[in-house]
Amino acid sequence: MATLWFWIVAVMLTAYVVLDGFDLGVGIVYLFVARTEAERGQALRSIGPVWDGNEVWLLAAGGTLFFAFPMLYASAFSGFYLPLMMVLWLLMLRGISVELRGRSADPLWRTFFDGLFSFSSVLLTIFFGAALGNVVRGVPIGADGYFFLPLWTNWRTGPNPGILDWYTVLGGVLALAALSLHGALYLALKTEGDLERRALTFARRIWLAAVALTAIGIPATVLARPASLNNYKGHPVSFLVPLAVIASVVTMRWAMSRTSRLPAFLASCAYLASMMVGAVTGLYPVLLPSVGTQGRDLTLAEAISSPHTLRVGLIWWCVGTSLALFYFGVVYWLFRGKVPVDADGYGH
Amino acid sequence: MNALTLHRIQFGFTITYHYLFPQLTMGLALLIVVLKTVALRSRDAEKQAKYDVAARFWAKIFAINFLLGVVTGIPMEFQFGTNWSEFSRRTGGVIGMPLAMEGIFSFFLESAFLGLFLFGEKRLSRGFHWLSAVLVFVGSWISGFFIIVTNAWMQHPVGYTLLPNGVFEVSSFTQLLFNPWAWLEYAHNMCAAVVTASFVMAAVGALYVLQRREGSYGHIFLKLGVIAGIVSCVLQVFPTGDLHGKYMAKNQPTAIAAMEGLFHTEKGAGIIVMGQPDYETQTIDNPLRVNKVLSFLIYGTTSAEVEGLDHFPRDQWPSTLALLFYSYHIMVGLGTWFGLLMAVAAFYLWRGKLESARWILWCLLLSWPLPYVATTAGWMTAEIGRQPWLVFGLVRTSTGASSHVGAGNSLFTLLGFLGMYTLLSLLWIILVYKHIEHGLSAPDSAAHTQSLTA
Repeated sequence: MATLWFWIVAVMLTAYVVLDGFDLGVGIVYLFVARTEAERGQALRSIGPVWDGNEVWLLAAGGTLFFAFPMLYASAFSGFYLPLMMVLWLLMLRGISVELRGRSADPLWRTFFDGLFSFSSVLLTIFFGAALGNVVRGVPIGADGYFFLPLWTNWRTGPNPGILDWYTVLGGVLALAALSLHGALYLALKTEGDLERRALTFARRIWLAAVALTAIGIPATVLARPASLNNYKGHPVSFLVPLAVIASVVTMRWAMSRTSRLPAFLASCAYLASMMVGAVTGLYPVLLPSVGTQGRDLTLAEAISSPHTLRVGLIWWCVGTSLALFYFGVVYWLFRGKVPVDADGYGH
Repeated sequence: MNALTLHRIQFGFTITYHYLFPQLTMGLALLIVVLKTVALRSRDAEKQAKYDVAARFWAKIFAINFLLGVVTGIPMEFQFGTNWSEFSRRTGGVIGMPLAMEGIFSFFLESAFLGLFLFGEKRLSRGFHWLSAVLVFVGSWISGFFIIVTNAWMQHPVGYTLLPNGVFEVSSFTQLLFNPWAWLEYAHNMCAAVVTASFVMAAVGALYVLQRREGSYGHIFLKLGVIAGIVSCVLQVFPTGDLHGKYMAKNQPTAIAAMEGLFHTEKGAGIIVMGQPDYETQTIDNPLRVNKVLSFLIYGTTSAEVEGLDHFPRDQWPSTLALLFYSYHIMVGLGTWFGLLMAVAAFYLWRGKLESARWILWCLLLSWPLPYVATTAGWMTAEIGRQPWLVFGLVRTSTGASSHVGAGNSLFTLLGFLGMYTLLSLLWIILVYKHIEHGLSAPDSAAHTQSLTA
């Protein structure tokens, strides 16, 4: 049961990365590839009906984490206090910039929100990458199960790390490259004309960076936390995950030269998903590794809720998630295809 | 200020600010469904178009408020972990459940169908568009329900087991969901949301009629606002407020005693309409007292004994006693005003004279902020009344905060929230004002054809 919930939360977070990843990515590449007012409108309309639902995966995963692993929720959220608060503020700024930009025709108003949208998308992506880096690397958990992480110390991993060190910064940059690629491929899929062409060119270029950073990132993870390899050594079948990473990267490159834009985008989804699964496989059954001398790893067995809670939870989780997938199906189906160039085609 | 106080101020501030938005959207969702239903059922093409335009007008106000509700709501879920980690560790297995259910059952539904409702009017059939409005309404009311279940468990914990390590777990899921406190609180709270939306709609209607603009839309808004207003105002007092108060008197007698300023146990206790409680001398200054009413309200007889604060040890008295007393009295006082105003307005509406009764229109126009004050005061009553406990009788507030997050960090983020919410307030004022100023009759400007997103 505990393992099941571990993977439920992991899958929800992966869904978040894949789905909100493309609208974050649109935000990152937005200023570079969407140049004219019409193109910016088009880019925003491509994520308009879906970005909010995508972000719900983060909230739903957070809630699920809360009731399935209260100790992890309490320890990690208070330990990452400052960066989490900044994530909240960035989520706010990003939400208002997507939604409020179109509310005035004033060019200054729109420029302001364009800037805010890009700024918050870039920083959020870096934060999320660094956050994953922190979890994978481990934190100095105290004897009471809590910790408090400073933003930065000496930029090294080791017994007294900060939120930012060479490894987590690498995670942030990798996330930036991966999601801008993801976003560019989404734009290529959903838009037309110059915007589509520019997005594709951008994707081709950033693909190289993403591949290079992935190639550095995977060995760096082993360096930052050698125990990450344990599960791989114990179950060699899990080496399929890094193989999936390589396969999806190669497929992506191949698909970028095809006329159909969908395979490239799907390959990018597969890339992100296999990266997430790869990281999580390295952790299991640890939820939050400890790097200090006093404490020990926060494990699944310690943090899991009571069996009754989990049993009841499983029932409504299955019902609720099936409903959610159905809504996603409806929305993505109704807004399928390229975004019309004129603003009027999509709504009223 | 110590860290605990700062954690409390931050949570209090962020939740109060957050709830300014959902109270309108939950109420407005219902009123939009009414507008869409009238449009859908009408055989008259002109009336259909009119009500569709009216629904679209309110949908945009809904969208702004929904957005601010979403972005200010995310910190609420996070802050349980960030600022109240010890509370989360102990109770997460219980309250995490309704919070996760809110995300899964409500947020997905709302976000999907709000997108369809706002962007899809041309793509969807009339029936499907109506359905998406209904589902947005259902989603927002489910969301409210799960939050109230969470709060109700903190007010009146049921269906749990306490383990030796201080952790709570659910022993009965049905008891958690069917906590009587939750259903009473939910009914009272949702009526309040409809009161807020009714006053806002009636105020915009009154504005348009007083300004002699927007043709008959002013009339439509007034009519719907006043009818929904009178119904919700009555339900707010009776039965929801009455039953909730009685249940509270049984299960949180300390809160009732402090709310009413009842320092000493009395037979035939009265209510104090107005006064200033003095914590030191345990008296009320300048009281306007009505005898025996409190005994009657709680027990149905004027001679019943009501336990005063002296019946309980001091360390169980709600802290910030005077604030609790005032919050409660502001809520009740404003509630009374709402009932009276809506009753008079409804009478004039029924006689067909509302639009020429300018003084009532002025009262309606000026009263729109008051339901926000009343709901805030109501929630302060509930939350301060629960003190000094996080989970009533079980977990003290002083033990729940994150021990590793110091006062400096907490003040830093509190200031950050203050700054951020100042920006949000400015945007809200600009956008809502512009939208109301723009009205419904004028052809859509460039800014407005670009619906919510772009």
